[in-house]
Amino acid sequence: MDVPNIGRSARRKEGRAKVTGQALYVDDISPAGVLYGVTVRSPVARGRIKGIRFDPAIPWDDYTIVTAADIPGVNRVKLITDDQPYLASDVVNHAEEPILLIAHRDRAAAEQARHQVTIDIEPFPAVSTIDDALSAREIIWGTDNLFKSYQVNKGDVESALGDATIVVEGEYETGAQEQLYIEPNGMLAVADPNHGVAVWGSMQCPYYIHTALAALFGLPADKIRVVQMETGGGFGGKEEYPSIIAGHAALLAWKSGRPVKMIYGRAEDMAATTKRHPSRTTHRTAVGRDGRLQAMDIDFVIDGGAYCTLSPVVLSRGTIHAAGPYNCPNVRVRGRAVATNVPPHGAFRGFGAPQSIFALERHMDKVAAAVGLAPDEFRRRNFIQTGDTLSVGQTIREPVNMSALLDRALALSGYSAKRQQFARDNGSGPLRKGIGLATFMHGAGFTGSGEVHLSSIVVVEGTAEGTIRVLTSSTEIGQGTNTIFAQIAADALGIDCDDVEVAQPDTAEVPNSGPTVASRTCMVVGRLVESAALGVQHALIDAGYLPVMHSRAEFRRGCQRYVQAFGSLRATSKYEAPPGLRWDDEQYRGDAYGTYAWAAYVAEVTVDLTTWQTSVDDFVAVQEVGKVVNPILATGQIEGGVAQGIGWALYEDVIWREGRMANGQMTNYIMPSSMDLPSIRVYFEEVPYPHGPAGAKGIGELPMDGAAPAIFNAVAHATGANPDALPLTPEQLMRLMETPVA
Amino acid sequence: MPDSPQARLTCVVNGRRLMFDAHPMARLLDVLRNDGRLTGTKEGCGEGECGACSVILNGELVNSCLTPAAHADGGVITTIEGVAGEESLNVVQEAFLECGGAQCGICTPGMVLAAIDLLSRVPNPTEEEIRAALSGNLCRCTGYMRIFASVLEACKRSPDLNRP
Repeated sequence: MDVPNIGRSARRKEGRAKVTGQALYVDDISPAGVLYGVTVRSPVARGRIKGIRFDPAIPWDDYTIVTAADIPGVNRVKLITDDQPYLASDVVNHAEEPILLIAHRDRAAAEQARHQVTIDIEPFPAVSTIDDALSAREIIWGTDNLFKSYQVNKGDVESALGDATIVVEGEYETGAQEQLYIEPNGMLAVADPNHGVAVWGSMQCPYYIHTALAALFGLPADKIRVVQMETGGGFGGKEEYPSIIAGHAALLAWKSGRPVKMIYGRAEDMAATTKRHPSRTTHRTAVGRDGRLQAMDIDFVIDGGAYCTLSPVVLSRGTIHAAGPYNCPNVRVRGRAVATNVPPHGAFRGFGAPQSIFALERHMDKVAAAVGLAPDEFRRRNFIQTGDTLSVGQTIREPVNMSALLDRALALSGYSAKRQQFARDNGSGPLRKGIGLATFMHGAGFTGSGEVHLSSIVVVEGTAEGTIRVLTSSTEIGQGTNTIFAQIAADALGIDCDDVEVAQPDTAEVPNSGPTVASRTCMVVGRLVESAALGVQHALIDAGYLPVMHSRAEFRRGCQRYVQAFGSLRATSKYEAPPGLRWDDEQYRGDAYGTYAWAAYVAEVTVDLTTWQTSVDDFVAVQEVGKVVNPILATGQIEGGVAQGIGWALYEDVIWREGRMANGQMTNYIMPSSMDLPSIRVYFEEVPYPHGPAGAKGIGELPMDGAAPAIFNAVAHATGANPDALPLTPEQLMRLMETPVA
Repeated sequence: MPDSPQARLTCVVNGRRLMFDAHPMARLLDVLRNDGRLTGTKEGCGEGECGACSVILNGELVNSCLTPAAHADGGVITTIEGVAGEESLNVVQEAFLECGGAQCGICTPGMVLAAIDLLSRVPNPTEEEIRAALSGNLCRCTGYMRIFASVLEACKRSPDLNRP
């Protein structure tokens, strides 16, 4: 074997297609006879459908029209609770809820017709906030408006709070955030009763769609085919919602007998599809005069929107991360996901953890101040160590050294000197500078027993040409799946990653290796790629086609000869939990994640007291993520996640009006441009995780957790204010600082 | 726009003559993608905010979603498909590959064209100039750092850029 592939910045596998414009996204293909599908949606947040009127000026015979009555199978999106209809037929529970589908061969005609359908709805009172939902004045879901509740208990919080001399309280809020992948959602479907249903599109999770379509059409699994096209970003936003678009496009195709393409415009994508759950977290913390945490009492509530969708799982991750990387003898976390009449909130990078970590890391600065300690010193006294136990009862067995990560981040950012200098120099001028930090962790893979239930499968095969193909349902959505899988397989086999092809996810060909979510692709699926590749190698060696020590050329020849002799060469691997991992679903206790990535982030800001604008001047991100498979790709993941975190903290403000997003355009929903971001400086510590491929852990979601609290802590340092709700737009900061403290 | 009057329009796209019938106010983006079958030009927002539809028209970087087809009549256009040479990639494309400037790839065609447009005007830009020149092209994946690095790498590789 030559130089190992893992650890070097191999070029992106599909990079050439992307920089030349040859990469095909779903809107780039148009089969003959294709129709264009559009969706007619609810104009109100809640009510009963009384009738549907069609403008007689439109030649409706030229159009294909689908309502709930056309659905051959079950009109419920298969996910967790199966409460969300594909098409509402009786009541609507949120604005933009799909009611009717229209298709036409002319894209503009289809779009025009959408506006010529009137839905008559008798409105009901709507629930629009977390408080409305908890008050239960209107019950819109179940018996109490609660999709899910969790309670985590460690020690005796009540006694500890009762005995404490210092108790610090705080309340923190986060708003919705749009994923804003630059390629809007889209699907192409072909469907008929004889052949079944096939869809091509933009997605993260081909098998979620596969399962959903089988139930929607009442068809056996082998009659459903789902193919991922090149996908222009996901960030969670293409985890669950694409099942609905695939279903809609397929229903139109089923009825019309023609291929149907359904591509969302930006406005529709922003108004109708999922966003990050808004949240509210309250903290009550008991702390000793020695600066040690004695008790943490945390109440974490997220707004799930109108249907359950993934809210229980988002809540779970947020609840488990709510007490952070700290060792505290008494912890109680109460988590609740509530129903409101807004479009369902869904998966978004971090999946509940950024919300609860934002609250925690803001609060830790306040607790530090209450005991007269610097933010870094207070954290150092409370960091979790190997052998300590998290709130859910997980004992950390791996080496963890949060203090070392923090020290490195402080040194790289010049934290201590700046902390003093800014405090000294912030005089009476309009510009105030501040520096703040956040320390946190993020669990990789599905929570608890999730990976065992998923039971992911990967296939690696040798070809007649002597090359290798990796077959998984893990999607390339920009994060580098194709490239790292090729690197992992190549190193397992002693070949070059140019010799490895990663198959396009197509459920007709690839096994179900689970969804592309939860920072699981590298660590969990990558590990399966490694074992399946080793399976191929063993087969070749055992059959005498390959010497144990071999060159790339020998591998190629051996593989060719084997395939010639036996027709095929395939090895399969299936997930098995690492030994010793235990999780109790009933008690909600145990090893919540196989492992965690650990991090310390530092943000430096300038606040302009004339414009109330906050700008981030420097950002240092230090993290321990196990072995880094591809440094450039990994760095790009961290930089991009930090950028989204900066957007969430300062710019991205979803404005709700009567249950709908009032600023659903890129013109007035502001994400960071190249002018808005500081230099984002990324550093890795690598402590190999024994159960990841070559020691790698998860990485994708981690960077979303730390930017917002570090920035808020820096703003607090700069201004002396206590901003506790994001986004911290200039208007918010002005309100906060111009309101006299009571 | 169904049943609307059409005009016959001509332009030169990537060195080839493209003749098409379109409403004068049809979007250049649609003309390129549908009539020209040049799907490398992407639609991200349809309102000139994201820059995914950027093309170079008569030497200027424009959002093709906001450009009326009639405006391109008689014009010279470079799309992402016209950037690479017969044998090899443009130095900017090479640099994007080398430095991780492309992730999901949807902003990449516009971003590469914006970078080429910048380097044709300012051969050795500062980071501030790069930031300003790319500010009309939004990227949600990279946080832009790898893109800045790509543009700087392109300068380093070729002081005399082969410009389209």
